[in-house]
Amino acid sequence: MTEVLVNSVLQLVLLLLVAPLLTGAIKTLKARLQTRRGPGVFQSYRDIFKLLRKGMVVPETASWIFSAAPYLVFTTATLVGLMVPMTTTHAPLSLFGGVLAVVYLLALGRFFLALGGLDTGSSFGGLGSSREMTISAIAEPAMMLAIFTVALGANSTNLSEMAKVAVSQSWRFLAPSQMLAFAALFIVLIAETGRIPVDNPATHLELTMIHEAMVLEYSGPYLALIEWGASIKQLVLMTLLVNTFFPFGLSSDWTVHAVGVGLTFYLAKLLLLACLVVLVETTNAKLRLFRVPELLMVAFILGALALISTFLF
Amino acid sequence: MSSVPVGAIFALSLAAYAAGAIASLASRRKPALARYVCCSAALAGGILGGVAAVLAILQGTPLRWSVPSGIPLFAYSFSYDALAAFFSLALATLVTAASIYSFGYLKEFEGKRNLGLFGFLFHILLLSLAIVFTAANAFLFLIGWEVMALAAYGLVTFYHEEHETRRAGLLYIIMAHIDAGCLLLGFALLIQGSGSAEFASFHGAIAHLTSGRQAAAFVLFFLGFGIKAGVIPFHIWLPAAHPVAPSNISALLSGIVIKTGIYGMTRIFLDSLGGVPWWAGLIVLIVGVVSAVLGVLYALMEHDLKRLLAYHSIENIGIILMGLGAALIFRVAGHPLLAAVALIAAMFHTLNHAIFKCLLFLGAGSVLHSTGTRNMEEMGGLIRPMPVTAFCFLIGAVAISGLPPLNGFVSEWLTYQSLLAGFGATAGLTRILFPLAGSMLALTGALAAACFVKAFAIAFLALPRGDESHRVHEAPRSMLVGMGLLTAACVALGLGVTWFLPTFDAMTDQLLGQRVVGHLISENGFVLSAGVPHSGTVSPAVISAGLLALLLPAVLMVSIGTRRFGRKRGPVWDCGLPRLTGENEYTATAFSKALRMVFSVLYKPRREIQAVFDVSPYFPKEIRFESEIEPTFEKRLYAPLQEFIFRLSAKMRGIQAGSIHAYLAYIFVTLILLLLFGVRR
Repeated sequence: MTEVLVNSVLQLVLLLLVAPLLTGAIKTLKARLQTRRGPGVFQSYRDIFKLLRKGMVVPETASWIFSAAPYLVFTTATLVGLMVPMTTTHAPLSLFGGVLAVVYLLALGRFFLALGGLDTGSSFGGLGSSREMTISAIAEPAMMLAIFTVALGANSTNLSEMAKVAVSQSWRFLAPSQMLAFAALFIVLIAETGRIPVDNPATHLELTMIHEAMVLEYSGPYLALIEWGASIKQLVLMTLLVNTFFPFGLSSDWTVHAVGVGLTFYLAKLLLLACLVVLVETTNAKLRLFRVPELLMVAFILGALALISTFLF
Repeated sequence: MSSVPVGAIFALSLAAYAAGAIASLASRRKPALARYVCCSAALAGGILGGVAAVLAILQGTPLRWSVPSGIPLFAYSFSYDALAAFFSLALATLVTAASIYSFGYLKEFEGKRNLGLFGFLFHILLLSLAIVFTAANAFLFLIGWEVMALAAYGLVTFYHEEHETRRAGLLYIIMAHIDAGCLLLGFALLIQGSGSAEFASFHGAIAHLTSGRQAAAFVLFFLGFGIKAGVIPFHIWLPAAHPVAPSNISALLSGIVIKTGIYGMTRIFLDSLGGVPWWAGLIVLIVGVVSAVLGVLYALMEHDLKRLLAYHSIENIGIILMGLGAALIFRVAGHPLLAAVALIAAMFHTLNHAIFKCLLFLGAGSVLHSTGTRNMEEMGGLIRPMPVTAFCFLIGAVAISGLPPLNGFVSEWLTYQSLLAGFGATAGLTRILFPLAGSMLALTGALAAACFVKAFAIAFLALPRGDESHRVHEAPRSMLVGMGLLTAACVALGLGVTWFLPTFDAMTDQLLGQRVVGHLISENGFVLSAGVPHSGTVSPAVISAGLLALLLPAVLMVSIGTRRFGRKRGPVWDCGLPRLTGENEYTATAFSKALRMVFSVLYKPRREIQAVFDVSPYFPKEIRFESEIEPTFEKRLYAPLQEFIFRLSAKMRGIQAGSIHAYLAYIFVTLILLLLFGVRR
């Protein structure tokens, strides 16, 4: 019990600190690749801190749902973070929720955020909510198929178990099924975190935005919670990808040395995946909204192929 | 505890329904009295039925009574075993909540409608439901089944002055008779084998049937029960009939009446037949997947609040059938343990869906009661005048979307786990189907969430769209209590799932000879696992505790910020227009537009825009917008069928000449043929 609590607090701190750093790193990398200087790696911390110290305006038309949404986005993302193994194979809360709980808790946050978007009565909010729910609905089966492929290999939906199995066969990612599943999950990651070519996190043009349209009316500390929650969600999904497919550096014991090595490897793997995301973002243009389902269909087919190839090989 | 009280209490609850039926009819001249009689008798029957079910589950020994009738093959046989007790518990829960709700809801009927007749039909429906779940004789079951269909018909057509209602009632009664016909034939097959109509005599019947008869029995029962449950493609009556009934009746129809189909399948396939061939299990699974996905896709396109809920019933029946199909396949494949987990998933989802669908229909009833419309496009902002209804509806919406930590999540989680286990437990290419079914369940869940974002947000949030919002009021207290009970049940069955699960042990023991709940619960009952070691664990209780714990720092951060730097109300960004009005808001049709485009292959949407202008098309005076989707099943399957039947009837008209001599000749020829048939045997 106390061990769970201590682990939870440690991982919580790591989660809250690394998430904005990762967002900042992606922004900076992207800027460098586009030969801009960029805002600096620590800008996301400054943004969150600034937003927490701002007054906030709540729309006259909104009800308590509008205020509840930021809390749910933040708490679900953070709780999910405690179910995913980060530096060791052991995630503090992995016993209390596996990968299905992760997906559904994130869906709970999204459910309320979409309600919050519609609660303002502004058409932008409705437009964002509609698109967000549509894209996430089409992304869901692809995500589940890919996850199932990994879960069936590990014979468990428990993330710690999945990580342990991955560690025991660390070159398994070379198997065709794993590669296909990784590709499918990577596309889903792009869609779920609202990145180009699905959504543009930097846009404020009404007709093209999805996530930004949904949170248009949020300000001050509420916006801080949403932005922070979104970056934690991004971190969680990327952690899921790097640690289940590339378990290098994950150890199963809790010594300072092991955790140190685990942390170093973890950050390096995240950085590599961030580079991949940036590369995709920079070399692609945003897709038209109604082309996005085709991309997600590709992810679904990749997931199905991954599944079939576990059966064949 | 002796077994006497259960039987006596159950008989008392039947007596309460019967007395309620007669007393309602007797007091029809005094509407206020009729309302009290109807609701209190139902409440008494519900509570008594609930007590009997709980006692029976606690005792765990099946009870049987049989009173011979003197008619061959027919006896008044009742069996109160684990399966019957479980469905009776679901029935009793819903009846209790719905009858409390009805105290307030039926008030508007006073002086306008025949409350005596309503009470009579209502109680007959409840009585027949109680009999269907406990009958142990095929003919008693069929009588209960038919009475149920007729009582439901009377209630569906309660607003009979509307054309739409009469049409829906007609469709419903036609489908109800097709399903009863299938069941009669199915039971005939079983009776022919065993020589008796008692359910007990059918036990393990599959061993005595040739494979052709197995197939025939499966198809007949699956059709019969599938039509009642509303599986696609036999669903067309459901979204027509459920919405037009009074809302407390809709709640029971979608909550429990369609579950009689699930009960029948479980009873016949698992208990009486004792397993079905593997292809039959596969059909159940595939029909489940199709119903789930198409059900939710059609629900998304609805902007009639009650029709939307009715389509979600089809979706959830699909989810239940996924679990049931998996259980049937595992049983044949020789994995009774997995079959038990899958059966628990299906049965638990049956109960959960009964509860949250009843809740949502009651919520929709409050909205309808207060706004006078079922059209979501005319609602909006109801959360302010109706805060309690809105909260209850929100809880129901979260539960039906399968989101943690409520009950819908737990049963969907169990369904996922059994589907995943199916990959390892079966051989050949069929194993690929299980994870694929799982991914379709994910699609269903995500689309359901999208649909309930739409339903809740358009009806309850933002600004009112109509101009009648000023007279909208919160529902009377009794209606709120009825909904509150079910809301509490959604939360309790989610967080307290591990304390509820042992209920299923007796059922899986009876149907599959396995007691698995011990394997499903660990860590002092806080963690639910999927039965197989390491397979997956979840704990809704810890998840909600974790969410609450993390809420604390978040609230702290925000409240420090707002205390120092202020929080004020301001207008929404309106692009510089003179203030936002209800007309600028997103509508239900607009919300589902993106999905309508994505799934246009299925919907085949048609839209028509006509602008009326005086001088230039750039300055229209008014714009008429029309958008509809193609009702595929009605158009491609049922319309040709109907045409065929009409053509056939037109041909048959020739032999119906109206001449008495011709009819005498028909009778004579038939008699000769029957005699020949008899002699030949």
